[in-house]
Amino acid sequence: MRHLMSPLDFSTEELDRLFDLANDIEANPGKYAKACEGKKLATCFYEPSTRTRLSFEAAMLNLGGSVIGFSDASASSAAKGESVSDTIRVISCFADICAMRHPKEGAPKVAADRSSIPVINAGDGGHQHPTQTLTDLLTIRSLKGRLDHFTIGLCGDLKFGRTVHSLINALSRYEGIRFIFISPRELMVPDYVTEMLNEKNIPYEEVIRLESIMPRLDMLYMTRVQKERFFNEEDYVRLKDFYILDKAKMQLASPDMLVLHPLPRVNEISVEVDDDPRAAYFKQVQYGVYVRMALILTLLDIHVG
Amino acid sequence: MLNVGKIEEGFVLDHIKAGKSLSIYHHLQLDKLDCTVAIIKNARSNKMGKKDILKVECDIDMLNLDVLAFIDHNITVNVIKDGAIVSKKELQLPKELKNIIRCKNPRCITSIEQELPHIFVLADEKKEIYRCKYCEEKCTETL
Repeated sequence: MRHLMSPLDFSTEELDRLFDLANDIEANPGKYAKACEGKKLATCFYEPSTRTRLSFEAAMLNLGGSVIGFSDASASSAAKGESVSDTIRVISCFADICAMRHPKEGAPKVAADRSSIPVINAGDGGHQHPTQTLTDLLTIRSLKGRLDHFTIGLCGDLKFGRTVHSLINALSRYEGIRFIFISPRELMVPDYVTEMLNEKNIPYEEVIRLESIMPRLDMLYMTRVQKERFFNEEDYVRLKDFYILDKAKMQLASPDMLVLHPLPRVNEISVEVDDDPRAAYFKQVQYGVYVRMALILTLLDIHVG
Repeated sequence: MLNVGKIEEGFVLDHIKAGKSLSIYHHLQLDKLDCTVAIIKNARSNKMGKKDILKVECDIDMLNLDVLAFIDHNITVNVIKDGAIVSKKELQLPKELKNIIRCKNPRCITSIEQELPHIFVLADEKKEIYRCKYCEEKCTETL
């Protein structure tokens, strides 16, 4: 039995098979409509995350399965002091697979150690959010046709953003990737990330301004720059507009550059960019459902002929 | 110069960094063993200048080599029988440490679930980096 705790749990060959399956689901949704009939997904969400939870639920419902669960710790036995280990042993009696989100890092790992059903980490604090990374990779592979040999810009809060660290780790396994990190000094990628890239001889650049590097990007991954991350108001006011993607900045980009964003966005991508064919962030949400469908089938070892 | 007699049966931990012997005594829980222990501090050493030595008269199986390796895998472990060195044990960094160090990450699940064991796994042997099994936070603690 397998679980998914980190995007690196799967080899690149296994990821290829997962993404092939997701693409087949995208092309032939009817073929998979009853694949999980009689199976139940438990969504154990100890903190609210409507989008991730609904994406998992939509994935299971699309496969003909059903969904049980809770979306807030106060509505679960955790409020009475039950441990994660006990909860998963109980949930294992009710469901066939579990997606768990928890504010504490490593909680899904504790569950996986005690579980008799596959556990998917649906986000554990600032640690991992593997299905977001799988979503990002599937989106890139589906829209670009490959996961190697491109230049990707990552923009915004690169210090605290777990989706960014996770994506860098996942992409560093493919050949010919060049990273360009665009962020204010306060929010640059942590040392352990750049150390890893140095060790693997993967090229990267760190820049402050977005405009100058726009023409060189095959892909731009945007994240939100939160005001509370800055040391002072003055810096925030000075820098915030550098990291807002608008029509003018998009004019500097190549005609086939993709714009990705893990969402929710606040104002870091102007709504005027939404209609640009290069804006892929809403397609990304759709790929999130496909990749979760493929993941559920893979972890339940269900094969559709 | 101080002379400490040789032991008949047991082990001698040699090449301990000067000043570390009491910490090792504590972490190996030698205080709980009913046997003779000699703690030699600041002994002269050609290799190290100064070193500590621990001589313990007990069965080698009573020694937790994992803890010792985590503290310093360069320590030499001499096994003594009939007053002579019969073998030298090589210490290797343990793959896993259970309840020897505690995860200090306040965001880790171990911070709220008291009954969970604190497990660290060897993530990088070359750099001697251990990470919490659950939150993957790097261990910065030394014993």
